[in-house]
Amino acid sequence: MRIELEKRPERSKLFSILSPFIALGLTLIVGAVLFLALGKNPAEAMFYFFIDPLLVGWSLHELAIKATPLILIAVGLSVCFRSNNWNIGAEGQFVMGAIAGSIIPVMFHGWESPLVLPLMMISGAIGGALYATIPALLKARFNTNEILTSLMLVYVAQLFLDWLVRGPWRNPEGFNFPETRNFNASAILPEILDGGRAHWGLIFAIVAALATWFMMRSTLKGFEISVLGQSARAGRFAGFSATKMVFFAFLFSGAMAGLAGIAEVSGAIGQLRPVISPGYGFTAIIVAFLGRLNPLGIVAAGLVLALTYLGGEAAQISIGVSDKVARLFQGALLFFVLACDTLIHYRIRLRSTAKVANVAAAPVQSPAPVEAR
Amino acid sequence: MGFYEAVLISVMTAATPLVLAAIGELVVERSGVLNLGVEGMMIMGAVCAFAGAQISGSPFIGVLCGMIAGGAFSLLFGFLTLTLVANQVATGLALTILGLGLSGMIGESFIGLPGVRLPVLDIPFLSDIPVIGRIVFGQDLLFYASIGLVIGVAWFLFRTRAGLRLRAIGDNHGSAHALGVSVIRVRYLAVLFGGVCSGLAGAHLSLVYTPQWVENMSAGRGWIALALVVFASWRPLRLLAGAYLFGAVSIGGLHAQALGVGIPSQFVSMLPYLATIVVLVLISMDRRLTLINRPASLGQPFVPER
Amino acid sequence: MQASDTRSSAPLLALAGLTKIFGTLKACDAISLEIAPGEIHALLGENGAGKSTLVKMLFGVLAPDAGQIVWKGEPVSINSPFAARHLGIGMVFQHFSLFEALTVAENIALSLDDSVPIGQIAERARALSEGYGLPLDPYALVADLSVGERQRIEIVRTLLQDPQLIILDEPTSVLTPQEADRLFETLEKLRSEGRSILYISHRLEEVRRICDRATVLRHGKVVGACDPRQETVASLARMMVGGDVADVTIGANAGDGRVLIETRRLSLPARTPFAVSLKDIDLTVHSGEVVAIAGVAGNGQSELFDALSGEVTTSRADAVRLAGQDVGRKGITERRLLGCGFVPEERHGHGAVSQMKLSDNMVLARHASDAKTFLGGGLGLLKRDAVWAATERVIKAMDVRKSGVDPHASALSGGNLQKFIMGRELDRNLSVLIVNQPTWGVDAGAASRIRQAIVDLAKSGAAVVVISQDLDEVFEIAHSIAVIHHGRLSASEPARTLTRERIGLLMGGAAPEADTVPEAAHAH
Repeated sequence: MRIELEKRPERSKLFSILSPFIALGLTLIVGAVLFLALGKNPAEAMFYFFIDPLLVGWSLHELAIKATPLILIAVGLSVCFRSNNWNIGAEGQFVMGAIAGSIIPVMFHGWESPLVLPLMMISGAIGGALYATIPALLKARFNTNEILTSLMLVYVAQLFLDWLVRGPWRNPEGFNFPETRNFNASAILPEILDGGRAHWGLIFAIVAALATWFMMRSTLKGFEISVLGQSARAGRFAGFSATKMVFFAFLFSGAMAGLAGIAEVSGAIGQLRPVISPGYGFTAIIVAFLGRLNPLGIVAAGLVLALTYLGGEAAQISIGVSDKVARLFQGALLFFVLACDTLIHYRIRLRSTAKVANVAAAPVQSPAPVEAR
Repeated sequence: MGFYEAVLISVMTAATPLVLAAIGELVVERSGVLNLGVEGMMIMGAVCAFAGAQISGSPFIGVLCGMIAGGAFSLLFGFLTLTLVANQVATGLALTILGLGLSGMIGESFIGLPGVRLPVLDIPFLSDIPVIGRIVFGQDLLFYASIGLVIGVAWFLFRTRAGLRLRAIGDNHGSAHALGVSVIRVRYLAVLFGGVCSGLAGAHLSLVYTPQWVENMSAGRGWIALALVVFASWRPLRLLAGAYLFGAVSIGGLHAQALGVGIPSQFVSMLPYLATIVVLVLISMDRRLTLINRPASLGQPFVPER
Repeated sequence: MQASDTRSSAPLLALAGLTKIFGTLKACDAISLEIAPGEIHALLGENGAGKSTLVKMLFGVLAPDAGQIVWKGEPVSINSPFAARHLGIGMVFQHFSLFEALTVAENIALSLDDSVPIGQIAERARALSEGYGLPLDPYALVADLSVGERQRIEIVRTLLQDPQLIILDEPTSVLTPQEADRLFETLEKLRSEGRSILYISHRLEEVRRICDRATVLRHGKVVGACDPRQETVASLARMMVGGDVADVTIGANAGDGRVLIETRRLSLPARTPFAVSLKDIDLTVHSGEVVAIAGVAGNGQSELFDALSGEVTTSRADAVRLAGQDVGRKGITERRLLGCGFVPEERHGHGAVSQMKLSDNMVLARHASDAKTFLGGGLGLLKRDAVWAATERVIKAMDVRKSGVDPHASALSGGNLQKFIMGRELDRNLSVLIVNQPTWGVDAGAASRIRQAIVDLAKSGAAVVVISQDLDEVFEIAHSIAVIHHGRLSASEPARTLTRERIGLLMGGAAPEADTVPEAAHAH
């Protein structure tokens, strides 16, 4: 049996829509098999993983909290990836955004004013953008591989945060725990609904997704991003600058990640700690691809991936499987998304190798290709 | 053992996993495939090697398990990028994410267990040579393997017909296909070789470097190995030199700290990552060097017409 | 004649009903032909007629869907190039299957059996290449060689396997006339050794000159077999195209004498190790004039195009003057705003984005020049209706054939996409047009239409530069001709007084001064 690909003359609209769902379905099947292998009842496990968290109010709020950074970061990354810039250091920009945004609540702890929150959000976005400027500058100026530099900077950012909260920014009244002071009330992002934990970050995320969707769909800037992403040469012919696009893409995605960082710290945590993210910056890459790099798709995909975080926690408590299962689901999901994307550009044909040999011996017979759809 | 001897040995121990992973990736990239999943294959190698050694009691079985895990993981990448022509960058990332997740799950029950260390293999007589003897000939199996692989790969690439074919595919897969070289099969083999090497690198981490299982213990070494391939401009012997330079930087930082230079430990830990960036920038400044040596079809999708 | 003696014997190769289907397209439809030992057999056909597909099946690169290949009386299956070589079939590719980063000897080694010791290949290659008058340095890197030298590698590589049938795919399209003459001598020599040659070309003059028999393909079918020496160029062309193709004629220059395109000592360093640098290029084109720039591929054509279009800017502003302004330091957008249009050589990924709709490809080249109609508001909103109206206009004006309303550029044939890209520029009021290889890989009908459009534009008073490797095209549509070689441009000379021979010498870099008409040229 051999798999052969046949290029479609145009990308398939049907599979552009279907492929994320096929990928989700395949991931669920793999999950069920995995639970079975772990000796759990797959139906029960799947219920606790994917359904149970959606049935309770507080847990829906948790879902929103986890989806917020994923959507914000992924929206930024979608612009980056579409323009063929590979920023995979969003995790580091998230951390740097959180640090920059925390300057006011940590260093000017006593200042209470309605100005505090807007300033925090802006400085968070600037912090993330500035940190993303480093790989952008190196790529534009020296043609240095941005994948590796942006990733290395993640480790640097995490170590820097670790040093801050154990060193200069440690809470002087905190019994030597590695954490900063708790932010005062005017530095905390308010909740959207009274009594629920979901904070205004979610509103930011949805606004960002809508605005980016509009930019990509209806403006010349969006067109420029798509053109440069598909062919730098054609972009140059159109008069667009690939170098400027490197900066635009990195600054935009860095700002989004930075905003996500400070929103998380201000809305969900309330102080800085050595670790403030369970890998949101990397999971957002999955969100971006599952959403097919479309900002509206990303909102949906962000909720799905947020559910895997919650499901992991729920499954650990209820049926006693490791919450690492969530990471496994996420990785498998990205794999299937990428595999299913092949269906958009190619028809997949299965040919039995025996038949091919047959044809070679007697060329008059024509093999009947089996089309897998 | 003197102080400098100890430093040298620790540099070599730090460099060996980088050499192992990078030499595998070098072969993969020479065939025109960019596998960014080195980190994922390495951590899978680490956890499976540790588990294998724990369960069987033999570190050699552990090494074998690491190789199998890395190889199996690389075939997953191969299926997606070679058979299904998925984007190589994204698939490499997926491999890393999956590897970090899966290794965490597998390793959960091994956290805190004392490890099995791969024994030192003294080479008779040679290891008795003063100073150098102990350092070069009193090492573990994986150290010898790393040196042997570098020499073997250099020989293979530049002295054999099969190596010539592999380089030809990396330069122009369309032409290679037209000449009748089976591009996909050679690439599968190259990717598998890269995976096995990454698995070996992982085994070194959990059986030699720090013989225990710690989550995320690869700590970005897979990515540094990727950078090393660029730094070496796809040449095996330069890669060896680069890896030892990196080993020296990270160990040098630790020793400087131990000697009481007042640098916070976090900044010392940043050194390898910062050094990677600096080195990448230095090497990419010479655009000509990179353009001439870089395999021209690196990362390009290939669909044979049939 | 020797050829007629050998023709009576059994065929070396016979094809019966060979068929290849891609999706719904029958690229080759039941093709049958015979090749006798010791004959040069021409395979004629337009782009897209199925020549390349047929040859790929013969060489084992593609698998036939039906039909039979008979080699020396035995039915055979050829399922890989190795099998083809083993039978005695060698192939010289049109777009060379060479590896730039490897040496000549390594390139040759790749197509030889593993039994040949790698150390001996270099010496054997050197001896053989000299024997056939095709000298080569086996240790040179392919990246450093000219197109002609690269073709020599292909030929030597093929000859080292001692083939009985040699397939040559459009071998002269990259050669100067003199290099082509030398190739024909080599082919005669091979024929006299009793080898057969399958010669693929659409250049009818040379087919009449060297081929013993011809098979003509159209739309994947055999539409004729003949002795080309008994035919005229016109009768062969009719067979190939299936009708008459309108001739394009360029009248006298009707412009007002203004200089619209001018370069002064235009120099550009090479941007990559494999690129060509431009050296002191002087070029002047007046209103109403078409100047063609001939030359062998890879001599700086695309670099010159980039410098004229502004995709690459120069350090001196007056190095390039377009439409009466110094634009050397201005980018492509500003040059377009002066009324200049540009059509690059590569359609996919340069002139158009393959995976984008035609209307998007409209925006690609005209978002600045047509900003008033295409864009709205301060945000740069795209007005899809206005864009579509312009797209439809171009499709109608150039008779672009397409399936669906607004298909992706990738779904169009080469000729139709080229018509669209040309039409996209012609739809504006141009005073300057720069075109690189306007009809490369385009069928005869579309090519004729594109050439007519260029001529018409010049008649309306615009200045046009056509960079082309196709000498027939150059003579058909240019008032004057210059030749580019190693990044240097010869002074342009009137097309009427210029001979092919002289152009050939200029293309090869042997450039005698225009006024001392060369003795050497006649000696060749």
